[in-house]
Amino acid sequence: MSDYQHEVEELERKSATAARLFDVRRIIGGLFVVYGVIVTIAGFTASDADLKKAQDININLWTGLGMLILGVLFLLWMKLRPAEAPAVEETGATDGPAD
Amino acid sequence: MITLAEGLRLPTNGLDYTILAIYFAVVLGIGFAAKRSVKTSLDFFLSGRSLPAWVTGLAFVAANLGATEILGMAANGAQYGAYTVHWYWIGAIPAMVFLGLVMMPFYYGSKVRSVPEFLLHRFGPSSHLLSSIIFAVSSVLIAGVNLYAMAIVLEALLGWPEWVAIVVAGFFVLAYITIGGLSSAIYNEVLQFFVILAALIPLTIVGLKRVGGWDGLTSSLTDSHGGDFLTAWGGTGIGESNPLGANWLTIVLGLGFVMSFGYWTTNFAEVQRALSAKNLSAAKRTPLIAAFPKIFIPLVVVVPGLIALVMEPSLGKTKDGLQYNDAIPVLMRDLLPNGVLGIAVTGLLAAFMAGMAANVSSFNTVFTNDIWAAYLKKGREDGYYLKTGRVVTAVGVLIGMGTAFIASSFSNIMNYLQTLFSFFNVPLFVVFIIGMFWKRTSAAAGFWGLLSGTVAAMVNYFWFYKQGIIAIPSDQGANFVSSIVAFVVGAVVMFVITLVTKPKSAESLAGLVYGTRSPGMEELPAEGDDAWYRKPALLGWGAVVLAALCYIPFSF
Repeated sequence: MSDYQHEVEELERKSATAARLFDVRRIIGGLFVVYGVIVTIAGFTASDADLKKAQDININLWTGLGMLILGVLFLLWMKLRPAEAPAVEETGATDGPAD
Repeated sequence: MITLAEGLRLPTNGLDYTILAIYFAVVLGIGFAAKRSVKTSLDFFLSGRSLPAWVTGLAFVAANLGATEILGMAANGAQYGAYTVHWYWIGAIPAMVFLGLVMMPFYYGSKVRSVPEFLLHRFGPSSHLLSSIIFAVSSVLIAGVNLYAMAIVLEALLGWPEWVAIVVAGFFVLAYITIGGLSSAIYNEVLQFFVILAALIPLTIVGLKRVGGWDGLTSSLTDSHGGDFLTAWGGTGIGESNPLGANWLTIVLGLGFVMSFGYWTTNFAEVQRALSAKNLSAAKRTPLIAAFPKIFIPLVVVVPGLIALVMEPSLGKTKDGLQYNDAIPVLMRDLLPNGVLGIAVTGLLAAFMAGMAANVSSFNTVFTNDIWAAYLKKGREDGYYLKTGRVVTAVGVLIGMGTAFIASSFSNIMNYLQTLFSFFNVPLFVVFIIGMFWKRTSAAAGFWGLLSGTVAAMVNYFWFYKQGIIAIPSDQGANFVSSIVAFVVGAVVMFVITLVTKPKSAESLAGLVYGTRSPGMEELPAEGDDAWYRKPALLGWGAVVLAALCYIPFSF
């Protein structure tokens, strides 16, 4: 194996990403729940002008509900299938579960 | 463009700006939260090679789904009609599948940290340095294109002065990549992917209702633009005319094979996402997982372009009126109420920043690893290169801001980008493909193939086409032809030079050429996953078949 490959392996051993990087599902879920609530409320309070503009579809309501559902699904997915702990031999001392 | 400012202004209110502000806060939050995971340069440049496939896959598609792509492909939809689907189904999909199934074992298995680094080991320093410099320059150029495009769009839509847009977006990109590295860029791309869909799907649904559904859309456009406008292949016989200005041969060879393979398989801004995956199986699946959303993106990008053409038939007709690039902004203005409008503005802004971030995060990797560490300051400790990477990120963003103005001489941003790609990526693809499959290919052949292909494409485009020596009906058509020229010239030069120079020794090529393995690795690196739905071959061929099926409704 050549030098650069040893170097990359060494860096992979020291790498902290697997152990310390947070789960992106939390961000997607959180943001979409917040956006979903905001947009859904805008849908409930939609004016006639809003409805007319969107061709008589209450697009805020539907988009808001869609985003809310997507957000909840991501949070559920994270709850049901938490990120696996990285393999011990890969990470050396930092073998805690990924957050 | 400035004359449009009043006409396209979106009726945004406090609600929309609240949505936008939340997004900016989250973007910065991701940067800071990712900071604690950056311990080594490998964490900073490649997320420690540890991300799951669905994350890298969505980042792979989102890195390409920048706003220039979204506005540009909607513009192409309005200008060329259904021919635009070629960029997706014959263009992107086969190339992405090829990257995943054929090339990824070499890229990921050889543990290179960038596309140019592969050239270093396969060919040697001359082609490595040449491609590193070309890539670094083109990345900041394209980052500049993104920034410029964002500035004119934000000026038109929100009334922000151009410099405000450039400074604000530049600052956010600079901050979150400098702090959190590639993990931060990738996480933001995944987020952006969902936000932009949350913007484009409602836009398409409301737009379709406005023009009387798909039937209403097709009958209006058939009346105004003729029957071929909504077909993918109508009028593409050699010698026939069509809006795209290309025939089936240049579409299949130029766009489908040479240009798309060049872009998707050698553009490090894309490949980097796959190199950050946690094992070989995840790396192979990265472009394959990306292929499935890619197949359906025309539904929410090209279709809105067509809808805009029905609602505003004047689109692109006069110099001072609405341009093709305004297709999606027009729909946002006319169809979306406050709330979803805020989501759409956020999605567009997020797409601009993600597109730029993809260029910046690949630029800093190539500049630091392949130029700085390889030739200027060798052998320092890892912490030094981590710090260098952060400085280079900041410098790259600042240069990008400066180059934002180069883009202003082309009316269709997409044409500009693809002109660049046809000059840089295609020769690179030739060198890769020949180097990977022909063991004898020599070091000198790599360098001269790269150089001659790039020059040939430029000569064809700027001299033969622009000076009218050969007649090609459109810029796009000329791009396709230039790509083919670059490919053929590069390949011939490589072949001839290989025959007259000494090949590299077999040991030095282990793991880099088809049919060889890296020494010390009896087997290819662990694949990782055996579940049937994670089999790369199934995913890859599934995507190809699905893309082919998508052509059926547009072929007869």
